[in-house]
Amino acid sequence: MVAIKQISIFVENKPGRMARVAKTLSDAGVNIRALTIAEAGDFGVIRMVVDDTEKGYRVLRERGLTVSETEVLAVELKDVPGGLYEIAKTLGDHEINMDYAYAFVTAKSERAMLILRVDDIKRATQVLQEAGVRIATREEIQRL
Amino acid sequence: MMFRYWNPHIERMPLPDLQKLQENRLRSVVRFVSAHSAFYRQRFAEAGVAPEDITKLSDVAKLPFTTKLDLRNTYPTGMFCLPGDWIVRYHVSSGTTGKPTVVGYTQGDIDMWTDSLARALTSIGLGRGDVIQVGYGYGLFTGGLGLHYGAEKIGATVLPMGTGNTERQIELMQDLGSTAIACTPSYFLYINEVAQQMGISIREDTKLKAGIFGAEPWSEETRKRIEDATGIKAYDIFGTSEMSGPLFTECHLQNGIHIWADYFLIEVLDPQTGEQVDEGERGELVVTTLDKWAFPLIRYRIGDLTILNTEVCECGRTHPRIMRILGRTDDMLIIRGINVFPSQVESVLLRMPEIGEQYQIIVDRKGPLDVMTVKVEVTEKAFSDKISDLMSLSKRVAKELQKVLNVSAEVELVEQGTIPRSMGKAQRVIDKRKV
Repeated sequence: MVAIKQISIFVENKPGRMARVAKTLSDAGVNIRALTIAEAGDFGVIRMVVDDTEKGYRVLRERGLTVSETEVLAVELKDVPGGLYEIAKTLGDHEINMDYAYAFVTAKSERAMLILRVDDIKRATQVLQEAGVRIATREEIQRL
Repeated sequence: MMFRYWNPHIERMPLPDLQKLQENRLRSVVRFVSAHSAFYRQRFAEAGVAPEDITKLSDVAKLPFTTKLDLRNTYPTGMFCLPGDWIVRYHVSSGTTGKPTVVGYTQGDIDMWTDSLARALTSIGLGRGDVIQVGYGYGLFTGGLGLHYGAEKIGATVLPMGTGNTERQIELMQDLGSTAIACTPSYFLYINEVAQQMGISIREDTKLKAGIFGAEPWSEETRKRIEDATGIKAYDIFGTSEMSGPLFTECHLQNGIHIWADYFLIEVLDPQTGEQVDEGERGELVVTTLDKWAFPLIRYRIGDLTILNTEVCECGRTHPRIMRILGRTDDMLIIRGINVFPSQVESVLLRMPEIGEQYQIIVDRKGPLDVMTVKVEVTEKAFSDKISDLMSLSKRVAKELQKVLNVSAEVELVEQGTIPRSMGKAQRVIDKRKV
């Protein structure tokens, strides 16, 4: 299975909330690979991919935070114009809906990665692989 | 579990006999207060009623009401009917809403209070061999000592914890095998939360089977939450400091609180007109004490709203029941001209499994408009990571509230554990309009 686990955290839109999350992970030695914040007025959701998901999830929960794990795809983006278009078009052509996405660039391998949450992860994996898109595995994300 | 009576003769007394007993005692109390208290003599004179006018039970309606205001105006002991050398104990209310009120007891008054609770605790199946953890405050507050004496009377073992020290509550609950706990329902929910964090399941890892919850209004939905989460039976307890303290509970059938009619005469009246409401209608509880002498009460307006049920209970007890306290007349919020009880908000919230048991109602004024904000905690089960799900959750809560309250409320989703937990009475309402 190529799907990887993303950690989502419910946070109130107040000063210091992000710092609490970051400190918890830092104290536990968990490294954040990619992160995005979606905000909706009084509250928001922090979504992140980390090197050690189990540990990250555990320490955040122990801190009393409202945490959930979600399966997402980490897709390799070609660093050329049209790189994102190719992925979006492939999914669109197959009627697969993209709930959200966020991108990051890896330091070591200098690759751009796109974290994707879709409504049908199995079919998305299949059609993207058929279209020649590379999907990173959990191990790869850990090693990055 | 076996359910027994503490005093079967009294608890199952045929209604005509019980009424006769009440009638005799009412006559005695009225004569007694008139003979012993200048306050009552003056009140009776103002109302144009003499002790001789009270012959049958329905004559109680001729007597004047008394209120908390009278207690405050006669602070500290102006409404006592016996001199100080009769008094064996004082309790004093916290005075959060004004001057504190002082209550005094003779030895007989303490015995009546204890006997009332002995009947109540027996009716939910407690007795010798039970370990009752008293998590109400000891001291000037009536909750701790009241339960303590009642529990000892029935031969149970008392664990006099008092409030707070939550981890220790849980440790001792395990180590000493508590089978029942008495505390506020909000505190018990907090105890359960802390137990979970300690990796202890109340259902699996303790012997707890019953909770005796009161001192703050709570809903049927909270009962269901507590019972589902911990596997215990949650019983409602009622009583106010003016009446002695906690006095009455539901029986094991959990269908209304039995009010011992040989000790108290209760009426449920329309708060505006003072007239008796029809049975099954909501009204204000008014009590007259029938066997309490240092500080008797005549038609005292407790301020609690309830429904009277005089049907004989299936448990065999003939004494009247009051259905769950729906709130207090002075808890009522007026939001844009509409009456709102915090208990109504609670019953809406706890029907929704996606949100936690803790909540807070904040009332403020924006320009000329009252704005009510209800803060609720998102539970982990409900947290899906999709913003749209969270938005629709808060919309759904707002819609349900609007439906029940007839007034719109803003709903604010907050993180777990951020609404302050209370060891005693929970502060559910913050009314910023008053400051």
